[in-house]
Formats: sequence, structure tokens, C-alpha cells
Amino acid sequence: MQLKKTKSALEPGWYFMQGDEACAEGAIAAGCRFYAGYPITPASEIMIRMVHRLADVAGVFIQMEDEIGSISSVIGASWAGAKAMTATSGPGISLMTEGIGYAVITETPCVIVDVQRAGPSTGQATRPGQGDVMQVKWGPHGDNEMVAFAPWSVQEMYDLTIKAFNFAERFRVPAFVLADEAVGHLRETLVVKEEVEVFDRFKAPNLPPFGTDAPNGVPPMPAFGEGANLLVTGSTHDPWGFRKTADSAVQARLTERLVLKVQDFKSEVIETEAHLLEDSEIAVVSYGFTARAALQAVKSLRKEGTKVGLLRLVSIWPFAAEAIAELGKRCRVIFVPEMNRGQVAGEMKKYTTTPVISLPKTNGEVIEPAEIVEGIRRYEV
Amino acid sequence: MNEKIFQMINPQSFPTPFCPGCGHGILMGAVLRAIAELEYDMKQMLFASGIGCAAWIPSPHFKADTLHTLHGRAIAYATGAKLFNPKLKVMVISGDGDLSSIGGNHLIHAARRNIDMTVVCANNGIYGMTGGQVASTTPLGSRTTTTPGGNLERPFDLCKLAEAAGATYVARQPVATPVPLTRTLKKAITHRGFAFVDVPSPCPTQFGRRNAFRTAYDMIKALKDSCIPVEKAKGLDPAELQGKMVVGEFVNLTA
Repeated sequence: MQLKKTKSALEPGWYFMQGDEACAEGAIAAGCRFYAGYPITPASEIMIRMVHRLADVAGVFIQMEDEIGSISSVIGASWAGAKAMTATSGPGISLMTEGIGYAVITETPCVIVDVQRAGPSTGQATRPGQGDVMQVKWGPHGDNEMVAFAPWSVQEMYDLTIKAFNFAERFRVPAFVLADEAVGHLRETLVVKEEVEVFDRFKAPNLPPFGTDAPNGVPPMPAFGEGANLLVTGSTHDPWGFRKTADSAVQARLTERLVLKVQDFKSEVIETEAHLLEDSEIAVVSYGFTARAALQAVKSLRKEGTKVGLLRLVSIWPFAAEAIAELGKRCRVIFVPEMNRGQVAGEMKKYTTTPVISLPKTNGEVIEPAEIVEGIRRYEV
Repeated sequence: MNEKIFQMINPQSFPTPFCPGCGHGILMGAVLRAIAELEYDMKQMLFASGIGCAAWIPSPHFKADTLHTLHGRAIAYATGAKLFNPKLKVMVISGDGDLSSIGGNHLIHAARRNIDMTVVCANNGIYGMTGGQVASTTPLGSRTTTTPGGNLERPFDLCKLAEAAGATYVARQPVATPVPLTRTLKKAITHRGFAFVDVPSPCPTQFGRRNAFRTAYDMIKALKDSCIPVEKAKGLDPAELQGKMVVGEFVNLTA
């Protein structure tokens, strides 16, 4: 990925900041100049921060009539040339889902932040959850290859939002920041460096905007008003955008490419972090805020002499299949604490035959280190 | 003029997908004629549409930037594009089901915001593409595939809806009178702020044949005969307006 170094929008230095605010700062640093949103707990702080920060950088902010309107105007702005974002929580993601599918087929770069709360439905608006892991992947109908990151700190709310923008632009896809209420409302230190690395979409006026010779290519993306006579449609289309609603060859080529353009380059996206795994017989796999508790649990079990380590999933989608397969070969059992009924644990079982034990918690409270320790002990005894 | 209009159309998009007798081709011609007469550059225009027959008027026919969006969402997509690049001349062309039923929320809020765009509703009073189901604009008593015994629900008056929501230009002209329609479209396009034009357009395939219109001609003639100019309608009581369609300019507020 060809990254361009730019000056940070925020003065370099140390900040004491909330996760949601850091997310907004990451967006501005990445070059986001359009935000559309609708109020929802626990993501509203992102929107409120964006109002002020977009004004500072001559960007555009609009509060839309609903989340459907938010994702729609984000896609419209992206085609007008903007790096664009919206942020919401579970109920809003549900409403945006059709629009996210439209962004997939029209190859519209945009960033969607999901500050997950306890569901289903309205659930507990102020309480954390991690129940949207599968929704952000499989929400829209049809096939896709989503990009999603799961920050575990205020620092990562900033860093991974920048990454989400870069991969959205790199692959021309909707990219998710899959946060949760706990990390969104967490306040801790954020370190802002002098420079940030960003990726800008490329333009090539003579090439088709919706097709490439390669079966896994990313086409160039012109903007409205540049004279490209763009034909943007959510129907199946040929490389120039003409609707082909009954041509099976065009349908096959498009749907394959939409997946392969990310899948074949997924190693660029996939990011995991190993903690104390070198000699481990037991592994814990975790992500988001829960991974903080998991690390504490691993450390305290180590003190007792248990050979246990943590693999943290920094990116969630595309899934770290190889890393999980490798982990399965090295360990005799893998525990997966998560604030849902085992969504990532279930996914892992596709890639390893090593026992995967789910440690779910869905009462709207964060998982405590002691609960993970106890879960592991219960199995081990 | 005709030569100029042909140059504004993608040659690959012929033949048009519209059924024989459909009014949408007349509307398509009127929109292009209005733009040509105004001497607007198609390269500065963005045409957004939703889903349905009317959404195919701009996409893929128009040689300009077109955004064929999800069902009901054209105005919201267009809002994002217009806000980020205010130099774009934005026109939404879509159907009555798209704009006023599934997309009704975006219509009223864009009107309330008075965002600078022109929304043209190709209003055939039916869901044409999906097989002739009742719409929020279908007249009382009309037979559709989902109201075989006649429509029991009252239809929207889309001009009153747009006016109440705050649109600063509101007009109605059917495709049966293409010259005043073109004139109206020119005013709507040049209007600064949210302009809404309701364009009744016949659907002989899905509406006409189930409602005693033997031919497309009968339908378009009935549409024309039912028109009464807004100025004439003013003094009349509701009984005298029974079965009539009030046409003309309802709102024209300049900032």
C-alpha cells in the first residue's frame, strides 16, 4: 500500500481523551472531510466532536433524518470526492445495512464506526456489547469481503480509524471500526505523532471505474463533476457502469472481484498481537475492550505457573484464519471471552480442530479478568 | 434542438426500457429540453434516482454523472454529493413510490432544509416495475394487483406535502402538456433552494388496463382533460374540483 505522509491535524503530543473523541481525531487526521450521522448512544460523542473539528478544516457536517439518510449521504459525498464517515451503534447499523451493501457493489470507500452496545434491538443503550461481529460481516445480502478493526484502547480508536480510512480507499470498500461502549467511553492517554500515513484513492480518467483486467483489481475512482459521465448503480454493472441485470458472466465477474480484491490482499489488513504465547499450551483469543481483561487474566495465571498466552485480534475482518490455524497447532485448547454468545469462537472453529471454548458474557457488563481466570480453571480442573 | 438533445443521451442506452404508451419518455425529453434551453453543461450536473421505472429516466440514458441509488434514498445520496461539492447542479428524478412512500422521510427533510436541488417526481400512481401494486398516490377506488376490489386508502397530494414540509418551489405539470412542463422544469432547475415538481405520467401497462382505459391514448387524454390551472381552481369549491387535477405553480419563494 502506497502511503503518503502528512502532517497530523492535531498538535503532536500527549492528550487525555475519550475513545469516541480519539476516533473523531483519527478521522480528521486520515483526511475525512464529510460526516453524516444520527444521534445514538454510545456513539454520539464522535458526531459532536466532528461538528467542531470539521469546521476547523473546512469540511462538511450534517445531522441526517435517520441512519439510512446518514449512510446514503456518506456514499453520495464519497462519490463527490470526499473521504466520508458515519458513526453509530447496533440499531443504526441495522438501518444502514442496505446502504452498506450498496457501498460494496458500487465500490464506494467510506468508514462506518460501530460503537457496540448490548443488544438485541434497543437492548441496553449505555452498556457494552460485542454482538455486532457477524452483523458487520454478513449484514448486507449477497457476498462481500468486509474490512473491520477492533480497537482496545483510546490510542487505537485514533490509529485504527486512520487505518480504516486507508483500507477503505485502498480497496474501495466500506470499512468498519468495530468499537464497543467500554472503549468508546474510556478516557486515557492518546499520543499524537507529528506525521500520519494516509492513502488517497487514485484516478485514471481513461480507465473504467467499475472493472479491471485483473480478476482481483481495484479500479480507479473519478468524482462527480469531473466530466467522467459516471454511471453509479447498485444493479449489476459492466466496467463502465452500464446495468447488466441478466448477464450471468458480468454478474460472476463482478461478484468474484468484489471479494477477491480484498481476499487476495488480506495479509495487508490482518493484524494480530501475541502476548506471552511463546511456550503456551493454552491460548486466549480476544479483541476490543475484552482483550484488556484477557491480558490481565493471562498475566495472573502465568504467576501461578500456567503456560497461557493471548492472541489479540486487532483486525476482525478479513478473519485471521492462518493465525488461528497456527495457534491451534501449538496449543491444546483455546479460550475465547467475548461480550456475545460466541461469535468469534464459532468463526475460529472453521480453521482449527483444537478445542475452542467460548467464554461468553451478555449481561451488558464488561468481562472481568477474574471471570476469564475462573473460566479457564473450570475447564482445566 | 432535437439534435442537441440526442447528444445528451448515451447512445448505448437505446432502445429505452419504457413500455409502449409510458409517459416517462416524454418527461425524459422535457428534462433534456429544459437543460438544453437553459444551456447548462451536462458535465456540471448530477442526476440521482432511486429504484423503479422512473429511476431509469436518467440512468443510464443521460450523458452526465448519474447516481442510481437504493429504493427511496436518492434525495439522501444527492444531499451528500451536493453538500460536499456545491458546484454540482443536482437533480433527482424518481417515481412516486420511491420518493413519497419508501423515501418519504428524505423528501420532507430535504424540503425542510431547503437544500438546493430539483426533485422531479414521475408520478404514475402505481408500482409499475414490480407488477402494478397500489401506491401512496393511487386514486381512491382504483384497481391494482393488491387492491383488486378498489383502493380504500386516500392518496397523497405530493405538492401539498412538499409545500407543508417547506419546499420553496412547488409545481405540477403532467406529461400530457409537455410545453408547460418544460417551462416549469426550467423554473425548477434555476430555482435556488428545494424545488419539487410533480409530473403525473400515465402507466397504461399496469394502471390503465385495469382501470377501463382501453388505450394509452385514452389515458393521456383523460390526464390532459382533468387538468385545471391553479388560478382557475382557486375560486371553486371541492365539489367542483371532484375528479380534477390542479396544475401550475403552487409555491415560488425566492430567498
